[in-house]
Amino acid sequence: MTAIFKKDLRSYFTTPVGYIYMAIFFAVNGGLFSLNTLLEGSDSQVSVYFTTLIFALVILIPLLTMKTFSEEKKLKTEQLLMTSPVSLGGMVMGKFLAAYTVFAGSFLLSCFNFTTLFRFGPKNLSGTGSAYNGAILLGSVIAVLLIGAAYVAIGVFVSSLTENQMAAAIGTIGMILLFLVISLLNSYIPFAPVRQVLSWLSIYSRFSNFTYGVFDFSATLYYCSICFVFLFLAVRVYEKRRWA
Amino acid sequence: MIKIENLTKRYGASYALNGISFEVNKGEIVGFLGPNGAGKSTTMNILTGYLSFTDGKVEIDGLDVLDFPDEAKKKIGYLPEQPPLYLDMTVTEYLNFVYDLKGCTLNRKKHIAEILEVVKLTDVKGRLIGNLSKGYRQRVGIGQALVGNPEVIVLDEPTVGLDPRQIVEIRNLIRTLGLDHTVILSTHILSEVQAVCDRVIIINKGRITADRRTEELAAAVEGNRRMSVKICGPAKEVLPAVRALPGVLSVESLGNLDMDSTSYVIESDSGIDIRKPLFQLLSRNNWPLIGAETAGTNLEDVFLALTDRPLEPKSRKRRGKTPENG
Repeated sequence: MTAIFKKDLRSYFTTPVGYIYMAIFFAVNGGLFSLNTLLEGSDSQVSVYFTTLIFALVILIPLLTMKTFSEEKKLKTEQLLMTSPVSLGGMVMGKFLAAYTVFAGSFLLSCFNFTTLFRFGPKNLSGTGSAYNGAILLGSVIAVLLIGAAYVAIGVFVSSLTENQMAAAIGTIGMILLFLVISLLNSYIPFAPVRQVLSWLSIYSRFSNFTYGVFDFSATLYYCSICFVFLFLAVRVYEKRRWA
Repeated sequence: MIKIENLTKRYGASYALNGISFEVNKGEIVGFLGPNGAGKSTTMNILTGYLSFTDGKVEIDGLDVLDFPDEAKKKIGYLPEQPPLYLDMTVTEYLNFVYDLKGCTLNRKKHIAEILEVVKLTDVKGRLIGNLSKGYRQRVGIGQALVGNPEVIVLDEPTVGLDPRQIVEIRNLIRTLGLDHTVILSTHILSEVQAVCDRVIIINKGRITADRRTEELAAAVEGNRRMSVKICGPAKEVLPAVRALPGVLSVESLGNLDMDSTSYVIESDSGIDIRKPLFQLLSRNNWPLIGAETAGTNLEDVFLALTDRPLEPKSRKRRGKTPENG
């Protein structure tokens, strides 16, 4: 597993993929951050920044995950991986962790942005400290990291289905969007139990608690489950291929 | 070393492999021979653990591949039909990655330097694989199979797409490897088997049609000798006269070449050399012999005979019409 992890992580930086991802990520992230918090006229609400970031990641994360398995399949290098003494689970995990490391690393780097808020942002009512609550920020950062893990897992799974990177990217965007905004359908559905299930499934509707400063344990569990389920499915895809 | 029993692989209703069994002993170089789609790659993929199988049993050095997949895989180095290369890595980086992937415990630097030496890649070890020519890439692929010094090396069509000089180099390399490894290679080129292998397993349509030592196979077809000749003379008279020679089994006319000469294929008993009596016969009748060529029997004939016979009983006739087999 470590060998595959190291190889994949390295390949993000020996090919343009990692740099392109990071360039776009920092540009979009910086733009969203300054639009929503720093610029005059913005409402200084960090929650809006986080929400928009989650939507931006729908487009960004497939850039990282689209090649994970598709490329191996196309170059037939998966034959090397599958005939080496590494379990399928280890193979999927190595690839997931490599993509996740790039995502989490660049996101955590971008968190330096917050220092500007505390340094230059509005003061709280008593005027003794920043108007921003560090705990809320931390909660939201953790939530984004969890949601990112779910996205990456979805991307890894979709990539295991096809050898076409473009198809993998588009499929991933579609699948993430489905999970993200499925609850938006609610206003059109008159049937309450269905509405409940849809909002239960939605990644987005579970995020709001974090922005209020509540650490939502069930949401955490939910994001981890999505992550686990899709990685498991990716393993199954490979298992099936071996037996088919 | 390798034991395959009644191996079957089914895709839906069609059988890719239909109950094949064979054993490979330590230190042997075994050639897997068969037309495209015969099941060579499937067998190799199963052997190396890439594919699973429907029925049967596969053992590597006494380890069942289903019960001990990781241990069995460690004993095998595999070069698939298309070498599994990462084009954005240098040769050294790639071999190091494979070293980690296989969880080797040998001295890393020394081992990789040795492999580079064996496959003659030391000069290009720092270059990106994507920039290497096909022959070099093939050697990187073989190098990859050698990482961890596995006891069994499986090579799927190792010389396909290489130029003649590279083919000779790779064959020499395989022979060197055969000195201290068990090697299984697949090919659809007969001369390759003759040049490299101790033993041939011919496989067709998912079944083994022959399993012999290379020299036995060649001997098996030495049964009859064939000769193609061009004779100037009236075919109506030449045919019966040549047929009457002692030892001649059959003569077939291939038709007129030009105004007065005709080509024939003469098949004769292996024990009798008909060249002298043939010459004497022709000179007696003043039928000039303007061309003669012994169409030596070789594995090509065995191959065609063995792979086609169950389907096409007239395979002998087909052989007669392809005198270029020599």
